[in-house]
Amino acid sequence: MIQINDLHKSYTMGNSSLHVLKGINLTVQEGELVAIMGSSGSGKSTLLNILGMLDVHDEGTYCLDEVVIKDLDETKAANYRNQFLGFIFQSFNLINYKTALENVSLPLYYQGMKRKERQEQAKQYLTSVGLADWAEHLPSELSGGQKQRVAIARAMASKPKLLLADEPTGALDTTTSYEVMDLIQNINNEGKTILVVTHEEDIAQMCKRIVRLKDGVIVEDKKTNQVIASQYV
Amino acid sequence: MFSQDRWQEIFETIRKNKLRTTLSGFTVALGIFIFILLFGFGNGLKNTFKEFFLDDATNTLFLFAGKTSKPYKGFKSDRRIEFENSDLQDIKDNFPFFLEYITPRITRNALVKYKNEFDNYNTRAVAPDHQFAEKTIIMKGRYINSLDVNNKTKHAVIGRLVARDLFKQEDPIGKFIDVGNSAFKVVGVFQDAGGDNEERYIYIPYTTRQLLEKSNDKIDQIIVAFRPELAHTGAMAFEKQLRRFLKEKKSIDPRDPNGIYIRNIADALKRNQQFSNVLQWIVTFVGLGTLIAGIIGISNIMVFVVKERTKELGIRKALGATPKSVIAMILQESIFITTISGYVGMGLGIVILNNIGVALEDYFIKNPYINIETALFSTLILILFGGIAGYVPAKRAASIKPIIALRDE
Repeated sequence: MIQINDLHKSYTMGNSSLHVLKGINLTVQEGELVAIMGSSGSGKSTLLNILGMLDVHDEGTYCLDEVVIKDLDETKAANYRNQFLGFIFQSFNLINYKTALENVSLPLYYQGMKRKERQEQAKQYLTSVGLADWAEHLPSELSGGQKQRVAIARAMASKPKLLLADEPTGALDTTTSYEVMDLIQNINNEGKTILVVTHEEDIAQMCKRIVRLKDGVIVEDKKTNQVIASQYV
Repeated sequence: MFSQDRWQEIFETIRKNKLRTTLSGFTVALGIFIFILLFGFGNGLKNTFKEFFLDDATNTLFLFAGKTSKPYKGFKSDRRIEFENSDLQDIKDNFPFFLEYITPRITRNALVKYKNEFDNYNTRAVAPDHQFAEKTIIMKGRYINSLDVNNKTKHAVIGRLVARDLFKQEDPIGKFIDVGNSAFKVVGVFQDAGGDNEERYIYIPYTTRQLLEKSNDKIDQIIVAFRPELAHTGAMAFEKQLRRFLKEKKSIDPRDPNGIYIRNIADALKRNQQFSNVLQWIVTFVGLGTLIAGIIGISNIMVFVVKERTKELGIRKALGATPKSVIAMILQESIFITTISGYVGMGLGIVILNNIGVALEDYFIKNPYINIETALFSTLILILFGGIAGYVPAKRAASIKPIIALRDE
């Protein structure tokens, strides 16, 4: 699914340059649930952003589903994001003036789906995250856990090949975090490849594999004994 | 661009961001509204100006006679020149190509009485065509006609203020007034756009005046109107030929600057029109200024709107919106709002202008108006620039990396 070879990324800040990723090699198979861990500044979010085509790498190669991601212009990147990727953010990033249903149907709008059709599909995904009754509510009327579930439904709606979650539980309390992880595990069990950036050990243990980053390089890459989140819910 | 889905998305955005929509709409509407009002006021100012300076016919030459200042053909200098009835006929016969009409004017002051009311008024003894030269408007009855002139009738046409002062509420038509000790029958009442002084005149047939003055045939002043299609150059040529002809007839040295004077209204008009043009420039300048201010207002709003939406645009891009669709969305929305509110502002401005009429006459603004073409064109300009003003920040927002836009709080 993902193949990364010798990936480098630097940021220029004024006249000093910050080397964030210093040669990352990573392969992720289809159906994996990978936690990317590391302290802040380790480069884990940068890696995720590059994987999500929200940012571009300087050197190395990045293959997503056998497509080489290179020299993307914004339009191409947007189309790839729309077809291949679903995003889950720490701060949910829902559009605050749109209802839950409209938020979920937005990626379908950009896929060019007809209004009726996309509302039906969006409704299905909202149902699958248990929020069918909240379809017409605005994000401000939802709790943090509900917001994140709407965001997950939205990420799922475009039927992406890869789901990228950037600290999905970072803004949630423990119980809600486990609920969200339960949902993510369920989606993974249906065969979806998921990458989760986190710095919480318990969340990482709920994934099938942990990749640890430190100072821009991978220091550890191991399989875990996956902890099933539903037993804590 | 015109897919139904796109519009639905835009209407939704507009509906759910009422404050933003109202603010930008208000700016645009206000901009075009003020533009329309100012432009209309400018035109109102021009109307007042026209009325001040152009209340008389403008295709006329005023002929006066005076004393010569050079001896010529055996005549001494300082000889008094006078016009006579034969001059009228000669001008008619010699300048049929130029001439539209001709009328004498003999002005005399007289004590005028009716019953117990009396006052001093100027009488003007004229021919029927004098009505065109002064643009006299008949309110009641009629003007002096050619029968009056031929029969030397004692008929008078009095100004509105003469009628008001002498007759009060009474109908003056058919009544007799005493003008300098001879009785004249009032046959008409007139008004004149030239103001109060113009409405204190009394018009009588010039032949009657000559009869009263011992049956002479002298004329103070001749007013000659040329065909308007001759325009300024034609009028100048006419003036030159007329001067030569009259000097010849009256035996005045062609080089003598005195003896005969001609006041060419067309020439004066040209100067007035230059002033009018300056006024037009000022109006245009003010209008442009307002329009530019409006454009700047819209630009500010658009920059603000795009800034406010940076994060939303980042989310949309993360979900697969292409830069093109982001720009199109912002533009379509801004042009939609600008168009609607622009035309609302325009309509409101026009309605108010049309209802002002003469209410602001004291401030020299009369019947302000704006051409519908000017109004439509300026509104279009505003919409166009509103679009451009939206395009620049929209393009920038669309090119921001989604990850940076997403960090925007």
